[in-house]
Amino acid sequence: MYLYQIFSILGALVIFGVIIDFIRRGLLKEKYSLLWLGAALPIIVLSIKKEILDWVALKVGVAYPPSLLFLIALIFIVLIMLHFSVVISILQERNKALAQELALLKRSLKEAGITTAPPAGAAERDKP
Amino acid sequence: MRDSNGTPRAFRRELNVRRAKSANLPNMKTLVIIPAYNEEASIAGVIRAVKMHMPLADIAVVNDGSTDRTAGLVEGSGALLLNHPFNLGIGGAMQTGYKYALKKGYDVAIQVDADGQHPADQIRRLVEPITKGLADMVVGSRFLEIGGYEPSLARHAGIKIFSKVVSAIIGQKVTDTTSGFRACGKRCIEFFSRRYPDDYPEVEALVLLHKKGFSIMETAVKMEERSGGRSSITPARSVYYMIKVLLAIMVDLIKKADI
Repeated sequence: MYLYQIFSILGALVIFGVIIDFIRRGLLKEKYSLLWLGAALPIIVLSIKKEILDWVALKVGVAYPPSLLFLIALIFIVLIMLHFSVVISILQERNKALAQELALLKRSLKEAGITTAPPAGAAERDKP
Repeated sequence: MRDSNGTPRAFRRELNVRRAKSANLPNMKTLVIIPAYNEEASIAGVIRAVKMHMPLADIAVVNDGSTDRTAGLVEGSGALLLNHPFNLGIGGAMQTGYKYALKKGYDVAIQVDADGQHPADQIRRLVEPITKGLADMVVGSRFLEIGGYEPSLARHAGIKIFSKVVSAIIGQKVTDTTSGFRACGKRCIEFFSRRYPDDYPEVEALVLLHKKGFSIMETAVKMEERSGGRSSITPARSVYYMIKVLLAIMVDLIKKADI
């Protein structure tokens, strides 16, 4: 057992544990955990035996086998970030729709004679 | 001959008979929740069928961001309309219905799909155990009686997998875990309005209810083919959802009990 194996297996297990715990605590929705858990899996599999990593690295053409672990981790990180960008775009669109619906709803209420809270200008300051 | 309302006497007699038959729900405020996403082909028929077989129940159609004429068809049909500004999925739509049921103090909430697969004349079979206090939730199962429903191979496999997994987890045999044809009592309504899963909610809801110590009952129903429109779940999506739900169920088991 080489030192790098201990690091990568431990690291992957920690990620795995943290993700599952976050889901358990309601901090993370299952759909956003799939890529994280998917990343931990190949890392663990490749790190169990030096021979496995060496063989795959040879097949793929990576001269220094542990680099393959970094490569896989990086690929997954890029995928996760891409996923986030998509999710953020969708959320922004939905958020806009909600705000607009709210504006129109307040208008309808006013026309029906119901008073609503005055408009909040504070939201402008928090714009990302 | 017509009565003072202009209704033919013979028909009025028929109405009174039907009303008497369904009056075995002793003052239980009942709500039928119909989640609908682009179901213009079948929604009017479903509302009519529900009104006919459950005349004492209120109907709330949750329009989940439909882009077709679904919303327009509900207006004036006697059913109430709840509109989402965008599509949330079946989980979000049903939860809106449960939140409404909680807000208005309903005793029983029934899920009826807008595609016509859930037969309105069997709603009573779901509601009776609830009014009698036999269970917190009653699920209409297509598989309790043999020779009933035979779905496509892929769906059948998926359904069987869920059925075995959930049955093992909750220690109770459930034959139809994906059936949306179900009725809930007040405790369930309150729970679901706070927490309801988004994807394949029917399956995960069973596990969640079990964790909370609620009682679940199955009763045999016969479902129809979908009448008009397309299902929004493709085979590829099915697999994706299945993985998500299985993961969610596993984690639900170790979740904190108060969530």
